[in-house]
Amino acid sequence: MSGLPLWEVFVRARRGLSHTHVGSLHAADAQMALRNARDLYTRRSEGVSIWVVPAAEITASSPDEKEPFFDPAADKVYRHPTFYDIPAEVEQL
Amino acid sequence: METSPQEQFDALIAADQRIEPRDWMPEAYRKSLIRQIAQHAHSEIIGMQPEGNWITRAPSLRRKAILLAKVQDEAGHGLYLYSAAETLGVDREELLDALHAGRQRYSSIFNYPTLTWADMGAIGWLVDGAAIVNQVPICRCSYGPYARAMVRICKEESFHQRQGFEILHTLSHGTPAQHAMAQDAVNRWWWPSLMMFGPPDDASPHSAQSMAWKVKRHSNDELRQRFVDMTVPQSKVLGLTLPDPDLRLNAETGHYEFGEIDWSEFKEVLAGNGPCNRQRIEHRRAAHSAGDWVREAAMAYAAKQRAKGAAA
Amino acid sequence: MTALQSYTLRLGDDCLILSHRLAEWTTRAPELEEDVALANIALDLLGQARMLLSYAGSFDGRSEDDLAYLRDEREFVNCQLAELENGDFAHTIARLLCFSTYQLALYRRLTDSADATLAAVAAKGVKEVAYHRDHAEHWTRRLGDGTAESHRRMQAGLAAVWPYTHELFIPDDVEQRLPGIAVDPGSLRPEWESFIDGVLTGATLERPADDGWRPRGGRHGVHTEAMGFLLAEFQYLHRAHPGARW
Repeated sequence: MSGLPLWEVFVRARRGLSHTHVGSLHAADAQMALRNARDLYTRRSEGVSIWVVPAAEITASSPDEKEPFFDPAADKVYRHPTFYDIPAEVEQL
Repeated sequence: METSPQEQFDALIAADQRIEPRDWMPEAYRKSLIRQIAQHAHSEIIGMQPEGNWITRAPSLRRKAILLAKVQDEAGHGLYLYSAAETLGVDREELLDALHAGRQRYSSIFNYPTLTWADMGAIGWLVDGAAIVNQVPICRCSYGPYARAMVRICKEESFHQRQGFEILHTLSHGTPAQHAMAQDAVNRWWWPSLMMFGPPDDASPHSAQSMAWKVKRHSNDELRQRFVDMTVPQSKVLGLTLPDPDLRLNAETGHYEFGEIDWSEFKEVLAGNGPCNRQRIEHRRAAHSAGDWVREAAMAYAAKQRAKGAAA
Repeated sequence: MTALQSYTLRLGDDCLILSHRLAEWTTRAPELEEDVALANIALDLLGQARMLLSYAGSFDGRSEDDLAYLRDEREFVNCQLAELENGDFAHTIARLLCFSTYQLALYRRLTDSADATLAAVAAKGVKEVAYHRDHAEHWTRRLGDGTAESHRRMQAGLAAVWPYTHELFIPDDVEQRLPGIAVDPGSLRPEWESFIDGVLTGATLERPADDGWRPRGGRHGVHTEAMGFLLAEFQYLHRAHPGARW
């Protein structure tokens, strides 16, 4: 939904495991994101831990990317972001 | 020697590796995937309507619970797929606009009406059965987020087809009226289910490129044949006939031969002239627009909370 | 009918009828995430209904489906609040807030019931209903303190359902004949009011004025006109094929 920020969802399915990325969703705020994540990605199983993180807050890198092909927003999660605020002077995006 | 992004992309495809959101990809690949994933998502959402119709009329509490869970799953699947599409740089709202305006499609099977309870069985058995045949190969498609969404979906879908089969089995072996209801539903849903696999490959313009990109892994005809071969024996267990007098087992090939599909019907439904096209889109549009004030409220509340946080 | 059977039917019918109303939101919710959330709540309530109706039916050899599909309008003993039409999303949330707050308070006490089955249903239900109440509270805040339009609609939704909340707390001889088993509904009122008031204040909403109109009768099979239409849709297919299995 336009205007609603994108959140990435990480779930730890069982005690002893670590959180893994399961997908994303849109929500107006962190509380709604958490509740939506619970309904969508866990159907409220017991003992599950959920993290929701605004996609825009994630800094990413890929080891086999070559320097000439980096673009200025290259540290974001998605290559083609329409939901980040890109500075106006950046043309290629 | 440094490899170009196109060479890197081609190498990943050739090695059956996944393309991930941060990878360079041809613009045509990106656009084609957006369209395919979005239309898959739209299909899940629109597909909720024909089945959702019968939740309030389900004839037993157990059936009611199962149907409600199934339709809820479909909403969830739509959400997973919209998420996957968004990794390619498009917003869900844009995709919904495209759906509402008719620029993007959904599976034409959902333009048929659900007239009786037995349609719930026919949809589960035939439509979900066909969808599974289509979907399992996509778990190996070249685009990572789409493949992973499909793995999740296929896992959840396993009970959908079984419950449809179970409904039909119970009806078929029930009262004469129930048996007739089941047979009538199968008679109406069989041919449209075969059409779900799309036109024969020589008439399908995008197939070749899709196969080259390892998004499409099998041809339409291959998948359709797989579905028929799987389904005919099941119909015998159900005690129901399939409405095709030309259906016969070819002992040499081991495959079932089947009659000519009426592609003119498919074209008409695709063009918007199926029984429920207008109704399905209007229902979706109305629900979306009725929800405008709710979504606005959620955003306004979030903004107020942020302002309070900033002021604190 | 014994007092225990009557009491169990009241609990079960509340769940059954409200579940049905929430299920009507499928494909119509304001966002897809809410389609999933409301279906979750409907499924929880349906699960509770099935356990309670099965238990109630066990007293006289009737199944959950016999009770759900073959009783007539005057035999259902849900509160009228549960059967009200959904209205807009604010109406639905207002009704869910009022009902879940009541049901959570009720189930918390019912976990101590001397009747093992009711205690078990309540114990499982407490976790589910805590989530339902939380969901309703969440949306009440967002709609109450969102935009002018959402505030207006939420206030209107509350005003529409408020008169039907009084019925929830009226004790009668059914509970009185089950000391240690049933929960006195009157005892739930202070906690209910306190929680609701807290939510409404936080949401910049006003508690609707009590204008003296307090509809009641659901517990004795006297329903609103909406109930007949609800049951017609709910029951017709099952009744159209007497004795059939599905």
